[in-house]
Amino acid sequence: METFKLKIDDRQINAGGGDTVLQAALKAGIYIPNLCYDPRLAPYGGCRMCIVEIEGTRGFPAACTTRASDGMVVKTYGPQLDRLRLDTLELLLSDHPTDCLTCPGNQRCELQKVASFLGYNQRSLKPRKSDHPIDDSNPFFNLDRNYCVLCARCVRTCDEVTGINAIELINRGDESRVSTFAGSRLAESECRSCGECMVSCPVGAIHAKNSPVATEETATICPYCGVGCGIYLGTRQGKIVSVRGNEASPSNRGSLCVKGRFGINEFVHHSERLKSPRVKKEGGFESAEWEEALRIAGDKLSGYKPEEVAVIASAKATNEDNYVLQKFTRAVLGTNNIDHCARL
Amino acid sequence: MERILDKSSIDEVLKVYPARRDSLVRLLQAMQSKFGYLSEEVMLAVADYLNLSPSSVYSVATFYAQFKFKPAGRHCIKVCYGTACHVKGAGKVLTELERKLGIKKGETTPDREYTLETEACFGSCALAPLVMIDSEFYGRVTPDSAPDLIGGD
Amino acid sequence: MGLNSLRKESIHEWNEVLNPSRPQIFVGMSTCGEASGVVAVNKAIQDGLEEHGIDAVVNKTGCLGICYCEPLVDIIKPGKPRISYRSVEKTNVSGLLKDYILDDNPRPDLALGAWGQEFKGIPDLFELDFMKFQVRIALRNAGVINPENFSHYLARGGYQGFEKALDMDPEEIIAEIEKAGLRGRGGAGFPTGMKWKLCRKSRNFPKYLICNADEGDPGAFMDRSLLESDPHSVLEGMLIGAYAIGCSRGFIYIRAEYPLAIKRLKIALEHMKRHHLLGENILGSGFSFDIEIREGAGAFVCGEETALMKSIEGQRGTPYSRPPFPAQAGLWGKPTNINNVETWANVPVILEKGAGWFNRHGTEKSKGTKTFALAGKVNNTGLIEVPMGMTLEKIVYAIGGGVCDGKELKAVQTGGPAGGCLPLAKLGLTVDYESLAEAGSIMGSGGMIVLDEDDSMLETARYFLAFIQEESCGKCVPCRTGTRQMLAILDTFIKGRGKPQDIETLLSLGDSIKKTSLCGLGQAAPNPVLTTINYFRGEYEKGINPKLLRAKAHQ
Repeated sequence: METFKLKIDDRQINAGGGDTVLQAALKAGIYIPNLCYDPRLAPYGGCRMCIVEIEGTRGFPAACTTRASDGMVVKTYGPQLDRLRLDTLELLLSDHPTDCLTCPGNQRCELQKVASFLGYNQRSLKPRKSDHPIDDSNPFFNLDRNYCVLCARCVRTCDEVTGINAIELINRGDESRVSTFAGSRLAESECRSCGECMVSCPVGAIHAKNSPVATEETATICPYCGVGCGIYLGTRQGKIVSVRGNEASPSNRGSLCVKGRFGINEFVHHSERLKSPRVKKEGGFESAEWEEALRIAGDKLSGYKPEEVAVIASAKATNEDNYVLQKFTRAVLGTNNIDHCARL
Repeated sequence: MERILDKSSIDEVLKVYPARRDSLVRLLQAMQSKFGYLSEEVMLAVADYLNLSPSSVYSVATFYAQFKFKPAGRHCIKVCYGTACHVKGAGKVLTELERKLGIKKGETTPDREYTLETEACFGSCALAPLVMIDSEFYGRVTPDSAPDLIGGD
Repeated sequence: MGLNSLRKESIHEWNEVLNPSRPQIFVGMSTCGEASGVVAVNKAIQDGLEEHGIDAVVNKTGCLGICYCEPLVDIIKPGKPRISYRSVEKTNVSGLLKDYILDDNPRPDLALGAWGQEFKGIPDLFELDFMKFQVRIALRNAGVINPENFSHYLARGGYQGFEKALDMDPEEIIAEIEKAGLRGRGGAGFPTGMKWKLCRKSRNFPKYLICNADEGDPGAFMDRSLLESDPHSVLEGMLIGAYAIGCSRGFIYIRAEYPLAIKRLKIALEHMKRHHLLGENILGSGFSFDIEIREGAGAFVCGEETALMKSIEGQRGTPYSRPPFPAQAGLWGKPTNINNVETWANVPVILEKGAGWFNRHGTEKSKGTKTFALAGKVNNTGLIEVPMGMTLEKIVYAIGGGVCDGKELKAVQTGGPAGGCLPLAKLGLTVDYESLAEAGSIMGSGGMIVLDEDDSMLETARYFLAFIQEESCGKCVPCRTGTRQMLAILDTFIKGRGKPQDIETLLSLGDSIKKTSLCGLGQAAPNPVLTTINYFRGEYEKGINPKLLRAKAHQ
């Protein structure tokens, strides 16, 4: 990839071909306030927080929609830029509740981050009270439009990342809002509950119903299917409390489906989850060691003709495991009676 | 204006336009001129035809002021609210029409006879204030003459 | 294959109209005519002709721009000049036909003017104050020809510019447009030739061409009138542009609120197809081009070029940041050239008569003429075309005949919602791109509303701001929320409850919105408030809550 140099706030920065000014700055560790930017999405330029000054360019272009180029000289702060950003922030906050402590987005909120970075301390415009009902129809996350900043990250994610377009912006101007078709509740919409919108939301507008903060994270692979999505399991006091996609994983690049994102801790910690093989003895199941279980299974299977046996494979096993299972069924048991739960 | 009777009357409109994204606005316009408004049924059919998600169709439809989601009255009265009309008293004309019809702008009379709307500008500013009823234009309307446009009482 | 033989026939047909063997009647059938009752007048003419047994030809024509005299009816008798009659009513038309056509009394009491000469006590139409200061280039055929008759356009020099262009190199054409100094008439004033050149340079194909007819400014009707009165002038301009730039497909994006203009465009496109001016291998030149009409759906912001292209693509009409400019990546990511209706209408004349003829009109930086929709509290409302650089005073007083009912002029609002209000003291200002911008307003597309002493500047500012607020697409924060906040503050002043410090709040918030908004709509949204504070601050001060003023005085 072609690289070149540009200057941001008097620092010489290296940037690559497709980088925007914002990307180049963030990569170099220079923070420019931003809200509607998401690296997975096409540049949008809606929040106007990342405005900068560029030598030889009129006005205040947004860093997220401006391509970096060789020899560019960029200024990300200064008295006028700071004032303009504060004014924009003030406008955003005049449409936004200030009950940060009880907001589900607290501490993860990018609006908080921007406000504290800019040193926002005084409200001067009249706030607008909004009382959109909360859509809590989805089992995993809520949509609370009262916190929405209309950055459109959720709807763009639902379009550009998942391709489902269950949610979109409707109406225009001040009446714009995130909506499903004809304003139905999420549970009655095309939404597949993957939660990608929730991940992208910079504030508390789309938030998990239950999300204690994890104290530890472990990189692993989602156990649900053969795709093998990379995930981070967040744990706290020995229990899984969160799941997040691993952006570095080539199979999912950070994305997850509803099962991986919301379905792991429930089955892992389920009281009826089988953790060891079980053997039927005197009318009831009893836990057994693998050695004993395999021996009994082997003995019993040997007693049947091939056409008397059928095998069901599992989507939760890996591709490789499933391959071996079908090989075992056909070559060892001698039958083609094998199927898979994903077909059910 | 036809009431939606069956799927075939929707299909008749669909087949006039190629099944491409850029047909969306034109299709919605054609549907509205045929059925008077965009019902959920119509929007779903358009989404299906263009292979778009229903919410994408809804998103585009709600962006443009032209589209209606409820059946309109038999006659549509539009009061021009352009600058010249405003300066020459369109506000009073509107108030008078609202009084006479007993509805606010954007509403339809209970008997479904009239829908009252405002329009950004018809571009006939020299004849302000202007009122359009169905496809007829009326220029230099005054608060006194406005009620006569509707007739009756 | 050319248009020569057809043009010869057309000139013959047109001469029969101008020097007829039987009377010719022209009825101004445009939207403004319709609004003043011309449909009934037209019917009364038919009835009158039958009643008196008169054998005459009735022609439809477009709009001369003399809206204050609508409905306008012209009569040409054999060997006599064309006479325009003003404010014709269905009740007096039968008498007029009888008096003039049968009894040879031209009824000076009903006449507005005779074309090109004084005639039996009727003044020369073009010597009327409303007409004599005008230079009609874009409007050269408006109100003169029947817009639905291709021969009329052809006879008046139509498509000569295009035929000339076909004999030139595309670069030569662009150079001619550059030499003419033509700038975008949609408001921003970008040099047209340079725009074409940028788009021509791109090696990405296909290329698209767009005519922006989404004339959304309330108070502006230049484009509507032009398209209703002379659609071919715009289409010929597009054809020349497409050939020069190398575009294969064109779109006219027009407001759905302009049904008559759409109808006439459709008729004109049919003419073009019939005469090999559209489609494959136009006039045997090897150049192919097609034009489609796309109707807007009620969104002011779609007049902004990036939003317009989104709308054609079937998306929400939300603007996006430039660069890339449409010339590099526009419609469907392909190079696209967008010009406004009036810009296109100027193009054929520049080719036909040469850049040198065109740039004789206007100022050093703003060449040619500009159409304005003169409306509001002015005596002579209508559509005018004047050389760039004319003073506002001359437009309002000499052409417009001054303020209605002998009232005092208070301000002239130019440029639509994105423009500003200029006070009496600024009436000496010349209208060109630079001086209007310096005064805090803009040329805009050409709306010009006269306000008198009774008009409140706060109400005027509120009207425009409320309009923009309703039309904001909502994508960017400053425009979406900022306009609402400004409106809320403005309302406190209108109710006499303004806070003294809020005049400054409006100024600084307005400044921020201008500087941080994504597109031209937001960047201009505060202008009506900022110019009224600048020129009419006293009215804002009157809106301050007296209690707060007293409290401040006590401090």
